[in-house]
Amino acid sequence: MSDIFPKWTNQLPVMAGVAAAVLGATALAGITYYVTPKYTRVGYQPKQPVAFSHSIHVDQLNLDCRYCHNGVEKSWFSNIPSSSTCMNCHSQVRKDSEKLQLVRDSYASGKPIEWVQIHKVPDYVYFNHSVHVNRGISCVHCHGEINKMDEVYHAKPLSMSFCLECHREPEKFIRPNELVTKLDWKNEGFDGKKAVHDWKVQPGQSCSTCHR
Amino acid sequence: MRKFLTYFFALWVLALVTGVSVAGLRGSLSRKPPLEVFPDMDRQPKLRPQTTTKFAGFADGLSSRLPVAGTVARESARELGEFQTGKKADGAWVDAMPVAVNREFVQRGRERFGIYCAPCHGAAGDGNGVTTKFGMAAVAKLHDERLIKMSDGEIFNTISNGKNLMLPYADKLDPQDRWAVVAYVRALQLSRLGKKEEIPDAVRSTPK
Repeated sequence: MSDIFPKWTNQLPVMAGVAAAVLGATALAGITYYVTPKYTRVGYQPKQPVAFSHSIHVDQLNLDCRYCHNGVEKSWFSNIPSSSTCMNCHSQVRKDSEKLQLVRDSYASGKPIEWVQIHKVPDYVYFNHSVHVNRGISCVHCHGEINKMDEVYHAKPLSMSFCLECHREPEKFIRPNELVTKLDWKNEGFDGKKAVHDWKVQPGQSCSTCHR
Repeated sequence: MRKFLTYFFALWVLALVTGVSVAGLRGSLSRKPPLEVFPDMDRQPKLRPQTTTKFAGFADGLSSRLPVAGTVARESARELGEFQTGKKADGAWVDAMPVAVNREFVQRGRERFGIYCAPCHGAAGDGNGVTTKFGMAAVAKLHDERLIKMSDGEIFNTISNGKNLMLPYADKLDPQDRWAVVAYVRALQLSRLGKKEEIPDAVRSTPK
């Protein structure tokens, strides 16, 4: 028999076992690491038609988020500003800049600029901006440090577990309501627990809170 | 045995390195849109705001529609009165704002002023907002005598419809908020017109 099955074949099952274990562990690790919005969504940075820098407008010039995204306190949807909003200043500031040609064209023609949407929850998720920004939840929690971004990218996973992290412990994230657009605010002694209680913040955790 | 495992691990390391270098790490920036492996019902053919639609009825392809000509949104269906226009029935400016002014209202005005007006007019209304450093010209100083004497209705109208180089802010501030801003502008003006005697004793601090 030893001519057909040399001696080393005795170890074949062990070798196969080792190989299978290593491959299995690798596949598991790969799936854990890659098959999650932390990989698939985070880092998405599309090229926008106009090179608008949030860092210049917010960090340097200190504009409030709501100057442009003025619907965010009233609507479930946070609007992208119309080009007339840009023209409030750019009819005079840098009014001949080549970079702003598209904005001027859009303002003149009424045809919107085709900005690329970055943050998209699935269509079966109901997310309401206004209820968050009116209860002390800042833009920064879901959008990251937009104020520091020259070119916006998807900074947070916006996965279901991401939403639930905050819905389970809102006191860790809540802040004074008038500071929701101050993205670099640091909590120094603000009592989140008390705010959650006093403002009757009840972030639901049932399915129908978001899937309605 | 040794040989087999050596080859196996060499291949494994190679595959790992190839895999990671192709896929990259979490959070690395990419121009490519997120991968949706199982699309399920992630993207439904319903209309969402500010996007495009292929629906043939909307020839321009815009999902956010302008009102059809001749129609009026419900909330603006009320007759346009002093509150919405800042004008009296005879067309003259409203002298004093047609809303009750209290502390909360002025605070609201202050917040809105900070967001929408301060970038040009400056936090204290001196016409020295940040945009003036970048070429914004002829920004009104809200403490000018002309503006102190201006009626509330005319200030309201300027916010609503713009004036000279200033563009309208009616899309950013609803009438209630515009009146709140008018109230805050008045408060700013008063802050430089007031006399010491007018400050109630209770809130007056004694200079050291």
